[in-house]
Amino acid sequence: MEMSFEESLTELEEIVDKLEKGQLSLDDSLMLFEKGIKLVNECNMKLKNAQQKVEQLIVENGGSRAENLET
Amino acid sequence: MCLETKGIYTVHEFTLAVKGVLTRGQFNDVWIRGEISNFTNHNSGHRYFTLKDKNSQLQCVMFKWYGKNLRFELEYGMKVLVFGDLDIYEQKGVYQLKARDIRPDGIGELYKAYEQLKNKLAMEGLFSPDHKKPLIRFPTKIGVATSPTGAVLHDILTVLGRRYPVNILFIPTVVQGDNAAQSIVSSIYELNKTDVDLIILGRGGGSIEDLWAFNEEMVARAIYNSRIPIISAVGHETDYTIADFVADVRAPTPSAAAEIAVPDRLELTNHMIGLWNRLMNNQKRLVSDRMSYLSDLRDSVEPHLFVERLTQHIQFIDDLAQRKSFSIGRLVDTKQALLNAHAGRLNAVSPLGTLSRGYSIALKLPDKTIVQSIEDVEKSDEVSIIVNDGKIRCNVKDKEECKWK
Repeated sequence: MEMSFEESLTELEEIVDKLEKGQLSLDDSLMLFEKGIKLVNECNMKLKNAQQKVEQLIVENGGSRAENLET
Repeated sequence: MCLETKGIYTVHEFTLAVKGVLTRGQFNDVWIRGEISNFTNHNSGHRYFTLKDKNSQLQCVMFKWYGKNLRFELEYGMKVLVFGDLDIYEQKGVYQLKARDIRPDGIGELYKAYEQLKNKLAMEGLFSPDHKKPLIRFPTKIGVATSPTGAVLHDILTVLGRRYPVNILFIPTVVQGDNAAQSIVSSIYELNKTDVDLIILGRGGGSIEDLWAFNEEMVARAIYNSRIPIISAVGHETDYTIADFVADVRAPTPSAAAEIAVPDRLELTNHMIGLWNRLMNNQKRLVSDRMSYLSDLRDSVEPHLFVERLTQHIQFIDDLAQRKSFSIGRLVDTKQALLNAHAGRLNAVSPLGTLSRGYSIALKLPDKTIVQSIEDVEKSDEVSIIVNDGKIRCNVKDKEECKWK
C-alpha cells in the first residue's frame, strides 16, 4: 500500500536523524541514504500533486451522500 | 366599511396619529435594559444605536445636547440601561427611543445566561484540556460545517487551497436563528459518520444574539461528544462562545481555522529542502571521513616508515643485548668475591688448620669413625691417627678415664 505523505515524511525525518547520529556501518548508511532520497522525491511529488476537491454532504431520508460542489 | 366612519389618512397623518397615541405619556421616562449594537457616532454629534436583547431590537437616538454629559463612550456589545421617551421618527415611520441618559448595566441577561452555562459546563469538565483531541498533522479530508451563503466557506476554501489543497466535505449548516443549534448539532453528527480527519465549525462575526447558537448547551455537548476533532471559528477574534471553549482548538476567525487545519505547502517544501540538504551533507561527510581514514591507513603502511620502524627495533634489540652482557659480567664478579669470602671462613674452621697447630685426629679402623671417647675403642683395636704431615697406624694397648675439666 502506498504510504501517506505523513508516513513518508515521518520516515524521512527518522532516517535523517539516524544518519546524523552516525553510528551505522557504511553499508547501512548508504542503504538509508538511498531510501531517504527516494522518500524526498515521493514527498515532493505528493506536495506538487495535491489538489483541492470540494464535495457537499447532502442528508436526506435518513441517509447521506456526497456530491461534487462547484466553487 | 370603516371608510365613512374613520375616513382616509395620508401616510403622514397616520404616522402623526400613531405618534399621538404612543407619545401620550405611557412610554415616557422609561428605563430599558439592553445591549448596544450598530452604534454610529455621527459627525453631527448625535449618537444612533440599536438596543437589543435575545429576541428584540430597539432603535435609539441620543441627541448631542443629552449626550454631552455622558461619562463613557458607547461600545458595540456594551450592556446598558437607557433612560428616555418613546418617539416616532416620522420620515421613516419607525418608532425609536430618545435617550436622555445611559448607564452601564452590570450583567445583561444574555451574558448572565452565557456565564451560567459556561460555569456549569466547566464544572462538568467539558472544557478540560485532557479531553481535547489532537489535530493530525496532515489531514487528507476536512469537514466544513457553516452557512452555504456568506464569506466563511469561501474564505476557508481559499486559504486551504493556497496552503495545502485537500479534500473538503462541506455540509450546509444554519448558523443563526431558531434552527441554528439543531442544525449545528446535526452537522456534527453527520460529519462524524464520514471519513473526515477534522471538522471546521465556522461562522462570521456578529452580535451576541447572532452567535447565540454557539452558546447553546446542545451544541456544546455535540462538540464534546464528537469523535472527530473540531476547530471552532466563530465570529471575530474577540468573540468567545461556549463552542470555542469546548472545541479541541479555537481559531480566532474562519481563515485562521483553515491555517491551523493544514500545514503550509511552501513551508513543507522548505522543510523538504532542509531534509534533502541534511541527507546530502551527511553523506558527503560520511564518504570524506572514510576517505581520510583510508588515506591514514595507507600512510601508516608506507615502506620507508616500515623500514624506519624496523631499524628502531634492531637498535632496541642491540641495546637490550648490551645491557644483558654487562649485567652478566657484574654478576660473575660479585659471585667471585662472595666465594673468596666464604673460602676464608671455611679455612678458619678446617680441621687442617687444627692439625697445623699440633692437634691430631684419631679414627677407628676399619670404619674410620672419629674417636671422641674411651668408650669408642677397645683394647687391641686398630686406630689411625692423622697429624699435620701424615697418618700413624696404632694398636690400642690400654685406656684410662681422666677428668680434664
